[in-house]
Amino acid sequence: MRTRTVELAVGAFMLIGLVAIIFLALRVSGLSMQSPDETYRVYGKFENIGGLTVRAKVTMAGVTIGRVSDIYLDKEDFVGVVEMDIYDSVSNLSTDTSAAILTAGLLGEKYIGLTQGAELDNLTDGSEIYNTQSAMVLEDLIAKFLVGQVSSDDP
Amino acid sequence: MIDRIAALGSKGLETLQALGRSGMFLFHALWALPNVRVNGPLLVRQIFSVGVLSLIIILVSGVFIGMVLALQGYNILTRYGSEQALGQMVALTLLRELGPVVTALLFAGRAGSALTAEIGLMKATEQLASMEMIGVDPLRRIISPRFWAGFYCLPTLAVIFSAVGVLGAYAVGVVWLGVDGGSFWSNMQNSVEWGEDVMNGVIKSLVFGIVVTWIAVFQGYDTVPTSEGISRATTRTVVYASLAVLGLDFILTAVMFGEL
Repeated sequence: MRTRTVELAVGAFMLIGLVAIIFLALRVSGLSMQSPDETYRVYGKFENIGGLTVRAKVTMAGVTIGRVSDIYLDKEDFVGVVEMDIYDSVSNLSTDTSAAILTAGLLGEKYIGLTQGAELDNLTDGSEIYNTQSAMVLEDLIAKFLVGQVSSDDP
Repeated sequence: MIDRIAALGSKGLETLQALGRSGMFLFHALWALPNVRVNGPLLVRQIFSVGVLSLIIILVSGVFIGMVLALQGYNILTRYGSEQALGQMVALTLLRELGPVVTALLFAGRAGSALTAEIGLMKATEQLASMEMIGVDPLRRIISPRFWAGFYCLPTLAVIFSAVGVLGAYAVGVVWLGVDGGSFWSNMQNSVEWGEDVMNGVIKSLVFGIVVTWIAVFQGYDTVPTSEGISRATTRTVVYASLAVLGLDFILTAVMFGEL
């Protein structure tokens, strides 16, 4: 009888632990059950990627449709190459889709926003996005603003 | 002067010997497990006394720490108008640091000291020696189940601590202070990564579990078999285990999150 109580308590303890880890997985970290490999990869070249990081969101109309999978420097053109994994369910992006590096809020995280183009052909695995717009770098803006200020003061 | 140096040397040798003994001890105790039929019931009993009996203190302190984090975080975040980041702040703090560390400290005080005192008293009353006499290996029968129970219980308790802390923060932040519940959860889910945050926290608490249990059981096994010796061993367990947890936490954090 006594052993049974102990065993019951230990079983309940293990169960509480299991419930806690499932809670942390689903509710706190938002882990979803979909398998992550149903994606195709496209890349784009940017003059300046700003503070974009790997695993940043790729969105279209504000909806997340992929992740940034890799960032590296193109050593011939000296531009940043950003590789993106787009979900297979969004397979009808046109070849003249444009990509811009945007910021969530004034100082928030960087992400990529895609805008659909007009071409009939679609992007496939390994294609390049040619219409790219670099990240807005706050220091550059301030520098431009200061220069503009000075030149407008000149008679 | 020469005596002083000699004393220092003997102290160093003693420490080194104790380290070596504890390493051998750990190796032997872990080597001794794999007999499920005999060790299963022993293990269950140890999980009960190490884990289940520590559950209350973990639950209570988890709720209160979650609530305090939410209250303090709210007061600061609301100054910048970003109180919806409360869930993110609380969850990351709990999962990465407070969950594993506070659980390990409480565990050292609640379960570690009990382990040391129990084994120390067994040694003082010569139960361990008489066990050896009748041909039962005390490492296998007494020490090994306690080790495995500690390894299993601390990560479980840390996970429970974090989960309960998040719920406590929800109670204070959303129900009491009026942060929007939807943005509380969605901000949390956007920033918390399963592998990066939750799993690293579990790995941390696993390491702490090994270290705390090791120190507790070894201090009990290596105690001077007098009442004074047991009291000193119990104190040493809590002090050494707490220091080891805090020191290791820095190293683990540097490796996991510091891009070392």
